[in-house]
Amino acid sequence: MSSNIVTLDHGSGGKLTMDLIKMFTDYFGNSGPSGMADSAVVDAATNIVAFTTDSYVVNPIHFPGGDIGKLAVCGTVNDLAVSGAVPRYISCAFILEEGLKISELEQIVESMAKTAKAAGVIIVTGDTKVVERGACDRMFINTSGVGFLKQKHRSIGLGINVKPGDKILINGNIGDHGLAVLSIRNSFTNDIKTDCAPLNNLIENCLAVNDSIHFMRDATRGGLAAVLNELAEKIGFGVILIENSIPLAENTRGLCEFLGFDPLHLANEGKVIIVAGEGWEDILSTMKSHPFGKESQVIGTIVDKHPCRVVLETEIGGSRIIDIPAGMQLPRIC
Amino acid sequence: MSIHKFGIPSLLPENIKLLSGPGCPVCVTSRYFIDDTVACSKIDDVILTTLGDLIRVPGTETSLHEEKSAGRDIRIVYSVLDAIKIAQDNRDKKIVFPGIGFETTAPLSAAAILQATEIGLDNFYILSAHKIMPPVMAALIDEGVNIDGYICPGHVSVITGTQIYEPIVKNYALGCVVSGFEPLDILQSIYMLVHQIEKGQPELENQYCRAVKPEGNIKAQKMMYRVFKTRDDWWRGIGIIPDSGLSLTDEFKAFDAGQLFESLPGTHSDKDKGCICGEILKGLKTPEDCPLFSKACTPVDPVGACMVSSEGSCAAWYKYARGAV
Amino acid sequence: MCLSIPAEVLSIDGDMAEVSVGGTMYNASIRLVEDVDVGDFILIHSGYGIAKIDEAEANDTLNLMQEIKKKAERS
Repeated sequence: MSSNIVTLDHGSGGKLTMDLIKMFTDYFGNSGPSGMADSAVVDAATNIVAFTTDSYVVNPIHFPGGDIGKLAVCGTVNDLAVSGAVPRYISCAFILEEGLKISELEQIVESMAKTAKAAGVIIVTGDTKVVERGACDRMFINTSGVGFLKQKHRSIGLGINVKPGDKILINGNIGDHGLAVLSIRNSFTNDIKTDCAPLNNLIENCLAVNDSIHFMRDATRGGLAAVLNELAEKIGFGVILIENSIPLAENTRGLCEFLGFDPLHLANEGKVIIVAGEGWEDILSTMKSHPFGKESQVIGTIVDKHPCRVVLETEIGGSRIIDIPAGMQLPRIC
Repeated sequence: MSIHKFGIPSLLPENIKLLSGPGCPVCVTSRYFIDDTVACSKIDDVILTTLGDLIRVPGTETSLHEEKSAGRDIRIVYSVLDAIKIAQDNRDKKIVFPGIGFETTAPLSAAAILQATEIGLDNFYILSAHKIMPPVMAALIDEGVNIDGYICPGHVSVITGTQIYEPIVKNYALGCVVSGFEPLDILQSIYMLVHQIEKGQPELENQYCRAVKPEGNIKAQKMMYRVFKTRDDWWRGIGIIPDSGLSLTDEFKAFDAGQLFESLPGTHSDKDKGCICGEILKGLKTPEDCPLFSKACTPVDPVGACMVSSEGSCAAWYKYARGAV
Repeated sequence: MCLSIPAEVLSIDGDMAEVSVGGTMYNASIRLVEDVDVGDFILIHSGYGIAKIDEAEANDTLNLMQEIKKKAERS
């Protein structure tokens, strides 16, 4: 590379753009079917396609346990996986701020390549734009993804088969991602790390166990509270959550109390909520046997009463309604 | 907050009812105070630093949240200490911190002002809406609020000590229990209060002895009353209560953000038409008696104090009772 | 006003103390509290220590709570 920072020339379509593209293809290993054509032309595994897109603007771009690149791959992989699909192909588009160090970009690209490899997906196409200083914050990434699914898994993302008595499962501690990012922004020193991880392998294992899974969703922005409220609203049943059974790390709990945050509202990047009927015990043990699911727990049940509401049974046996978060969580004093 | 967070009301027998008193600093802060903070944020060289609690509270026209999106330099801080730091780093700007809360937070604002004095900071200002607890506790009973005892705020008491509640016990024959905030703290405090009522012997008890001393935190009290003096103040949903608010003493007038802008003249009583928060707060009416409830007044777009905070009676009623089977 | 949490004092530098709040390190002002030592537990509110926690009283309360909990579990 002739320059060690990103300049507007890198987005001009000329020689420097070619240099950047070469870096991407070197890392993403795209000597494959698409080559350097305008579109990636790929094979389909089944004739049912899941297709998703998401943009990543996290600040800072590095945080304990991950970075924006890992996030951008995991986010899209997970969105496909929770829809019951096997993720296969990913696209990635970068918006880069003029002045970004090439070495920093390279770190992120390397992280994306590593994550994609671990998840078993291929980054097949992409795009780069460079904007003037101040027009974006170092880098924004958009990823889209395509996955393929079996007919019988087609409605998992919709939850139409969910019924009272179904159990609600989660694959581990909640709130870590939200607090890891917040801690680094506010220079809090602790050992909270993001839970960012590709969940497709864990989910594939679970779907292979039996046909008890009625719904899946990754609990990202808005946390557990947002996902379960959305589900309750959609299916017209109630949700009961048991506070004592929701996995929460001690340091996360402590910082939540300190800042007045509700862990149920905090973002996760490696947590799937699975709603399963008869046969859920086998799903749970499959989750527990996976490296990303060791702390898996049953955290609640779908019920007939209080339709469309999520009710938490508190640690002392009381109960309260869990609402959708009103907006971003902010440090509070009361 | 804690009472609802732990779901305590659902654990109690029907004959024990908990009312959310004026213990939430956001709920009792006037709409005009929000207007004043917005006015501050619109001054060109001002950085408004605020606790997260205030950011979404609606003023007459707008909120700090909206003004921030519109481009005002409004920064959310966890502590007034962060505001001091911002003032040190931006000597060419004026840093305004809206001081809300009772005896728990007023000493913090006082300490910040004293620190600013020591380090010669002349660009730090406080907009005080600080209030004190005893006058409102007495005023509520004078207005006919129907209660059998007070669960007293633990973290106010950490500063003031338990002594401030003695007049309530003596003059009104109401039990007062100073409570901690763990779920079992609250349950124990309720138990102590019920026990008093059963015995017919209202008294002052301290459940939160691990943090609260009878005399309180004297160092903090001294700092608070060096920097602030009492004034008559307006409480949302209740009205004006004599000597219930705190303003800067003459010695520290230079730190008063009030001098930076002209407060819009507003009379507190002519707004919020139809809102019966006062009576709800006093336990005289329920939210469903209010014509605005769940129509013009919802948690997303609250009119009155009881809907502003998630712990307010109306917000709780909205979430729990509305449409329940 | 409810939100306050006990923190352990790790080190002191003038008016400021490094404290540990449930595993997170934080610099709090101890300007408002008297006689704070390393190893003390103080109650933190919005960046300031507002009181020292009385260890004996805290233990008493803790014991009592555990008793209540046990009773509740039995019933």
